[in-house]
Amino acid sequence: MDVHLKVRRFNPERDTEPWWGEYTVEAEPDDTVLTALNIVKWYHDGTLAVRRSCNHGVCGSDALRINGQNRLACKTILKDVGKHVTVEPIGGLPVLKDLIVDMVPFFDSYRAVSPFLINDETPGERERLQSPEERERFDDSTKCILCAACTTSCPSFLANDQFIGPASIVQAHRFMFDSRDRGAAERLEVLNDGDGVWRCRTIFNCTEACPRGIEVTRRIGEVKKALLFNKVR
Amino acid sequence: MASMRTAGTLPRPGLWRRLLGILRYRGHEGQWSWMLHRAAGLGIILFLYLHIFDIWLIGLGEETFNDFLFLYSHPVFKMFETFLIFGVLFHAVNGARIILVDLVPGMTRHQRKLVYIETAVMLIVLVPTIWVTLESLFR
Repeated sequence: MDVHLKVRRFNPERDTEPWWGEYTVEAEPDDTVLTALNIVKWYHDGTLAVRRSCNHGVCGSDALRINGQNRLACKTILKDVGKHVTVEPIGGLPVLKDLIVDMVPFFDSYRAVSPFLINDETPGERERLQSPEERERFDDSTKCILCAACTTSCPSFLANDQFIGPASIVQAHRFMFDSRDRGAAERLEVLNDGDGVWRCRTIFNCTEACPRGIEVTRRIGEVKKALLFNKVR
Repeated sequence: MASMRTAGTLPRPGLWRRLLGILRYRGHEGQWSWMLHRAAGLGIILFLYLHIFDIWLIGLGEETFNDFLFLYSHPVFKMFETFLIFGVLFHAVNGARIILVDLVPGMTRHQRKLVYIETAVMLIVLVPTIWVTLESLFR
């Protein structure tokens, strides 16, 4: 089938304003949006810049705003989005070129929540044991691939880029609710900041955008409750 | 990547373009109710300023105050009054929904249903209230 692609273009060496590039490509209904973008890049216009790596929805490189909503291009099937597809870079982050944004501010927020196990107690002679129930407690938040689809769909983040964003809160959740971790207090201090978890307005764009099906708003709610009642369960 | 960065990036857009950018994001019930919540809150604040002003008029004498009050029975203002009722009611019911979802994170799974329940509650309260408000216009 013929697919009409409208792609947001911007070349920092040439353009002062972004513009729309329009391309008609021949693709199968079962192809992905990423395949269609590859066809544009390989056969129509080699200057198109798009970031992708694994093509299997795991590396998190190709989060894009497709027909107005954040999705992974490699997990979005053409027949699900129709013959007219609008592709833009994700919002709220500086555009480097075409569909590629600068992820540095996003990863700065990620680092701010210390996304690693914090525990200075001696583990003893064996590994730190955990029951299946304790593991289950944070299972949902382990699925994050750091694609930034959630953070850049959030109106609070789009209005104020100092907001730490849903992805970082999910990462904090992953360690705070891990029974082996002892770093909850220091993460909660970061999240209790004016640009921390309280900027969340429970809008649910993040949950709907997450390509991994993480219940993002729910995890943020659990972190809010941990702060409110000073109790991590 | 380094050479790209030296060439500069697209600068972060100003406040108005950022707000337009939010409107352009195709969110669902959550995003629309959040926008309406903000608009309703702003409307209520504006009404409060008007209300503080009309109460202040009492200080200038009974007559001035009564003269000003004709405004509230004017047909155009009656229409605005229905917006006010809608705004206060929506802000209250929607706020209650957000508090519920925030305090009971498990409710996030039912967030769509909660919006529909909210809409039903709104309609049940709003329709008779607006009828009572506008009835005098038809008499």
